Amino acid sequence: MRFADAARPELADPSSRRTRRQAATRARARQAEATAGLPDWERLREAGAAIRDRTLRDLGAHLEALEASVTEEGGRVHWARDAAEARRIISRLLPGDTEAGLVRSDVTDEIGLEGGNAGPHTRAAVVGARFLVAETGTLVVTDPGESLTFPGTVVVVAGIEDTVPTWSDLEVLLQLLPRSEAGRRMHPAVSTRTGDLQLVLLDNGRTRALADETGRAALRCIHCSACRDVCPVYERTGARPYGPGRAGPIGAVLTPQLGGVEASLGASLPFASTLCGACADVCPVKIDIPGLLVHLRGEVVESRRRRPVPTPELLLMRGLAWSMGDERRYEQTLVRRARWAGLLARDGRIRRLPGLLGKWTDARDLPVPPRQSFRAWWRRRP
Amino acid sequence: MRIAVFITCWGDALFPGTGKAMVRLLERLGHEVTFEPAQTCCGQMHWTTGYRPEAISLARRFAEVFRDHELIVTPSASCAATVRTAYPRMDPALAGLRVYELTELLVDILGVTDVGASYPHRVTYHPTCHSVRALGLGDRPLRLLRAVRGLELAGLPAADECCGFGGAFAIKNADTSVAMVADKIAHIHETGADIVCATDDSCLAHIGGALSRLRSGVRAVHIAEILASEEGAGERAAAGTGGVPGRIAERMTRRVRRSEAR
Repeated sequence: MRFADAARPELADPSSRRTRRQAATRARARQAEATAGLPDWERLREAGAAIRDRTLRDLGAHLEALEASVTEEGGRVHWARDAAEARRIISRLLPGDTEAGLVRSDVTDEIGLEGGNAGPHTRAAVVGARFLVAETGTLVVTDPGESLTFPGTVVVVAGIEDTVPTWSDLEVLLQLLPRSEAGRRMHPAVSTRTGDLQLVLLDNGRTRALADETGRAALRCIHCSACRDVCPVYERTGARPYGPGRAGPIGAVLTPQLGGVEASLGASLPFASTLCGACADVCPVKIDIPGLLVHLRGEVVESRRRRPVPTPELLLMRGLAWSMGDERRYEQTLVRRARWAGLLARDGRIRRLPGLLGKWTDARDLPVPPRQSFRAWWRRRP
Repeated sequence: MRIAVFITCWGDALFPGTGKAMVRLLERLGHEVTFEPAQTCCGQMHWTTGYRPEAISLARRFAEVFRDHELIVTPSASCAATVRTAYPRMDPALAGLRVYELTELLVDILGVTDVGASYPHRVTYHPTCHSVRALGLGDRPLRLLRAVRGLELAGLPAADECCGFGGAFAIKNADTSVAMVADKIAHIHETGADIVCATDDSCLAHIGGALSRLRSGVRAVHIAEILASEEGAGERAAAGTGGVPGRIAERMTRRVRRSEAR
């Protein structure tokens, strides 16, 4: 479903809008407080971005190092091409009626895992990883980590990009994450486990995203949710219109990157932003989300150009570009437009426009363009 | 100083009053204003909507038209930001064009904050996203507004939050766009202002269009119009710009000014 259609019922629900507005206000204030008190916050962000870029550039080598360390510590790495394969691997690792607790993460959501907390009866745990340190094969989570002390099977699920080469890299990311995620200076608890891990590493479109040199930067994401907290669009619509993947600005980038821009959700998500830039300002690893959205909009339009019948929008945009390509054509367009506008105007405003532009006048007037454009005025100036 | 104006396609067609005000203001400050008639659009609309080849050819055209100009000014933070930040991404050869947003030119290059304007209204200022985040204009527009005679400046709550325009967003996600402007308008009403001003006619068309549809009585006015207003011109501004009374008043003011010069 297109984002705009899925957003409509959410916009019409006053109580969830109030809840989100209040949550956004609190989160923004907390985040601002946690980062303002840190004199080298900008340098920390630079460092975080550099670590993530370096990791992604050589991801193949870091993944090999990770696999070697995990294996050395008595664990095993399972490679999953997509969500279905990841689920198959997990059910093979936890056969039959094994009751397993779940520590959820964006990646466990991505592959559609559901389940409760680890209780006294559970004999296994499925843990969504926060990070994986390649040099030692260590799993890192940002909670007290009860599920990590299980004597039984611990199945860990992570995206291939959740790898961190070294502990000193992790140190930087663990300073960024709590401030951006919850407006806290540090996580109340960070737990690790090295050894005896069944590690499921998920691709699910990531290698494709990595191959795009511009788009790759989106995989810097360390899953903090700061962009979502500041996003004025997310504040109005909530998570649902973003589909089954990540919500908020980074979701509008990642979902089309991982799943392609052909389906209606993937094609509409890059446009689900005003490009206001609030997300880029708070991103702890400096992902230029508006820039990536514009990049993806280009991909959407390119894929539409290949259709045999051009869309009305394509015709409109091409026509505009053609008229703007020459000042005489352009001025003719201005004159013609002013004439049409004069016919459509009532009491000095335009209240209804046909076609695509009717979406504007559904709720907004348009001023009547004056008969004389700026350039015509300039020519007649004494 | 010799200053070339880039009026923007949006301004040329829909809001010529803004461009005229900018010209009036710069000339009043003693500068020579030039207008390249070959200018059309900077390509922002095509670029941000995903029409790359069209945007790049408009950007190349823009660079060609303004090639010989040292100093270019535009009454739009988002068009200035397009030239300065998007052009180098389109083609590295397009980097380095000196395009300034109007308030930035006034404060940073021309070194004025008191432009001799008079505007007896209660005004609130909406900092547009591109003026805050892409250009980092900071309090420059506010410093200019504070120096305007008779202007009562009212602080806008949650000022930095986007109004919901977003170019194609206003059409493609019209419902969310309107939900955002509804909140912006609520904040504008909280200030008790009669006028909301900004550095971008695009955002103002969105805010002003919603204000007009609601018959709210609050008007959206470009900051150039306020800075260009002089004593006794308040009535003209209130009567609306670009309309017939506005044009007559403008001609009369010009005639008066000319006779004064004699």
